[in-house]
Amino acid sequence: MSKRIKVLKTYKIFIDGKFPRTESGRYTQLKKDNLTIANVCLSSRKDIRNAVLSARNAFESWSSKSAYNRSQILYRIAEMMEGNKNQFIEELILQGEEFNKAILEIDQSIDRIIYFAGWPDKINPIFGSVNPVASSHFNFTILEPMGVVGIVASEENSLLGLISSIIPIILSGNTCVTIVSEKLPLCAISLAEVISNSDVPNGVVNIITGSKDELAPHLAQHMDVNALGVNIDNKELKNQMFFQASNNLKRVVDVSKYKIEDSSFESPYIVKKFMEAKTTWHPIEKDFTSTNNY
Amino acid sequence: MSSKIKSLKYNGKWDFSTSIESIENLSIQKEYQLFINGKFQKPVDKKYFPSINPTNEQQLTRIAKAESKDVDMAVNSARAAFNGQWGEISAKQRAKYIYRIARIIQEKAKELAVVETLDGGKPIRESRDIDIPLAAAHFFYYAGWADKLNYAFPNRTPKPLGVVGQIIPWNFPLMMAAWKIAPALATGNTVVLKPAESTSITALLLAEIIKEAELPPGVVNIITGDGSTGNLIVNHPDLNKIAFTGSTQVGKSIMQSISGTNKRSTMELGGKAANIIFEDAPLDQAVEGVINGIYFNQGHVCCAGSRLFIQESVYDVVLRKLKDRMQSLVVGNPLDKNTDIGAVNSKQQLATIQKYIDIGVKEGADIFQLNCELPKSGYWCPPTLFTNVSQSHSIAKEEIFGPVLAVQTFRTTQEVINKANNTPYGLSAGVWTDKGSKAFNLASKLKAGVIWANTYNKFDPTSPFGGYKESGHGREGGLHGLSPYLNLE
Repeated sequence: MSKRIKVLKTYKIFIDGKFPRTESGRYTQLKKDNLTIANVCLSSRKDIRNAVLSARNAFESWSSKSAYNRSQILYRIAEMMEGNKNQFIEELILQGEEFNKAILEIDQSIDRIIYFAGWPDKINPIFGSVNPVASSHFNFTILEPMGVVGIVASEENSLLGLISSIIPIILSGNTCVTIVSEKLPLCAISLAEVISNSDVPNGVVNIITGSKDELAPHLAQHMDVNALGVNIDNKELKNQMFFQASNNLKRVVDVSKYKIEDSSFESPYIVKKFMEAKTTWHPIEKDFTSTNNY
Repeated sequence: MSSKIKSLKYNGKWDFSTSIESIENLSIQKEYQLFINGKFQKPVDKKYFPSINPTNEQQLTRIAKAESKDVDMAVNSARAAFNGQWGEISAKQRAKYIYRIARIIQEKAKELAVVETLDGGKPIRESRDIDIPLAAAHFFYYAGWADKLNYAFPNRTPKPLGVVGQIIPWNFPLMMAAWKIAPALATGNTVVLKPAESTSITALLLAEIIKEAELPPGVVNIITGDGSTGNLIVNHPDLNKIAFTGSTQVGKSIMQSISGTNKRSTMELGGKAANIIFEDAPLDQAVEGVINGIYFNQGHVCCAGSRLFIQESVYDVVLRKLKDRMQSLVVGNPLDKNTDIGAVNSKQQLATIQKYIDIGVKEGADIFQLNCELPKSGYWCPPTLFTNVSQSHSIAKEEIFGPVLAVQTFRTTQEVINKANNTPYGLSAGVWTDKGSKAFNLASKLKAGVIWANTYNKFDPTSPFGGYKESGHGREGGLHGLSPYLNLE
């Protein structure tokens, strides 16, 4: 009996629910012990632009889903990951992680998704308000998603870091374009496969591999991106992005100050940073019995 | 069709007897100094600039111009106060100081209103009924928060940021100072505030009030000057936050200046708000709201409803009602209690508004202006509206900050949502309809921080205010106005 030849996986990027190669045709080789693990797409500005377009198109439908529905879809991502644990563990090990740490990382990642999956229908009861204005008006403030968020995920913690970047941002209805770890990109693509299997609408999450130095400024300058969630240690690149972000006054959140491995990361305050407060006024009819008791 | 709808005739029969607010007993000093470390002091370089009454172009007083050394002194005294007395007193005591400010503003309300009108040109009716009472209410509201912050942020221990630099505009001078200073003090910060150069006087009267309230020296520093002073504040290395209200253009350059620093920011910037009238709206109320939305404070309002969208089926009748209502607006001496529209704030702003009116005509829109006599001296612009406007017209895209309304039409709900959101701004929006479900649909789809449904230009200290997109970030007012001044990590 001849030896079975293993089927190798092609790692591609994730745009609008599809898995294209970069339009540029460029790649970089990820190696271990002189063996090629993957030919990873070196994405281009055009890929970023395509991804932003798809995220923008997805925003309306994703943000108008009920919070309950988004909750279930996020939970579904965790379910799918639980079933695919071995694949993630293998990839983490291929990228140099120890077995025990790999198991810890996937477990933490899944649990973190479950944690955040409970939040969509609880943000506004806690952080919204009904405001007792002095005039005869009903006045309330709710938090809404911002729109398209550009994410630069951390270089380390290639899975937990990525989950921690994406999930708190999309749970409120934002869509995203994510530039993932440059040296540890494998889990990102497998996560994309999980997401594509989890009833997440196309375009809500877009995943781009390649050079951060090259790609991040394109994301920071894009006029149809509403906010940036940035987790990079390279201070120069970070400052460049924040400077560029002012071209359309993107909200910028420096995620690198939060400890990803720490459970303190699990907080709605990070969700809130990617939401806008909207206040609505409506008159209350005035007659001799009316009050301002809202 | 529109020709068949008769217009009302006014022909001067609607004159009111004048009712001028008294300016006796009003003392405006010849010269105003910088308020630093609890004292009024002359600027190091001894430079002053004039403050002009926009109704007659006469100089009211001259105001100190703060240069680099003055800014340093102000920041240092704020830092010392933060590290010292202000940081040490309990939140309960802090609250009482802020309550005092609110009370003294109420006591001096009349005087403040008159000065606001003299210096800025806004109708006394507005400064008396809106600006000053809201300024007092803002201090009163936030005073109450000072010792209750732990209830506002579950699972967090809020801490003040430190010293905040605050730069405010000329359209609501005292009210903007209140919006900035009240939450900053309630949360335990100390302040360096710069009012706009054309409207500094009431901020300096507020400095006197703060002195009278015996706040520890350095907690609030009020320094005056133009954009160059503002620049010195923005770039001062010892500030923890910049809170700015003004144009989007300046907001962007501030964000560039502070990028890469640890300074936090709140930006309250420009707007180009849509005001939408559906065919099922209470039309008379809607017209009233449109008038208030664009002509309030001469249109010098960042949330002004400068783009009107009328559903086609009611276009003719709404336009007729709108023009009729415009004809009944009283333009002139802002000290007259009958006046609806006062003077444009400055010569420079009048030139900007005139430039846009010329562009509107040049780009092919049809102009309608209130037919009224304007005073001979001073800066005046009659209420103006443009019809035959398209989405690509400059007057429909750019913020004018004057009494200029651009009217467009629509047929379907989806169309008007698209048109309304087709702007880089997102500060506010108005919607007029008697159908509750439609109002809520629009309220959720419009990308703006404040939605006025069947009302417009309403403000309250308990109600958060602030923009989406290029209208800025952060909120002022209400619960949501606290976190921009707190460290919650």
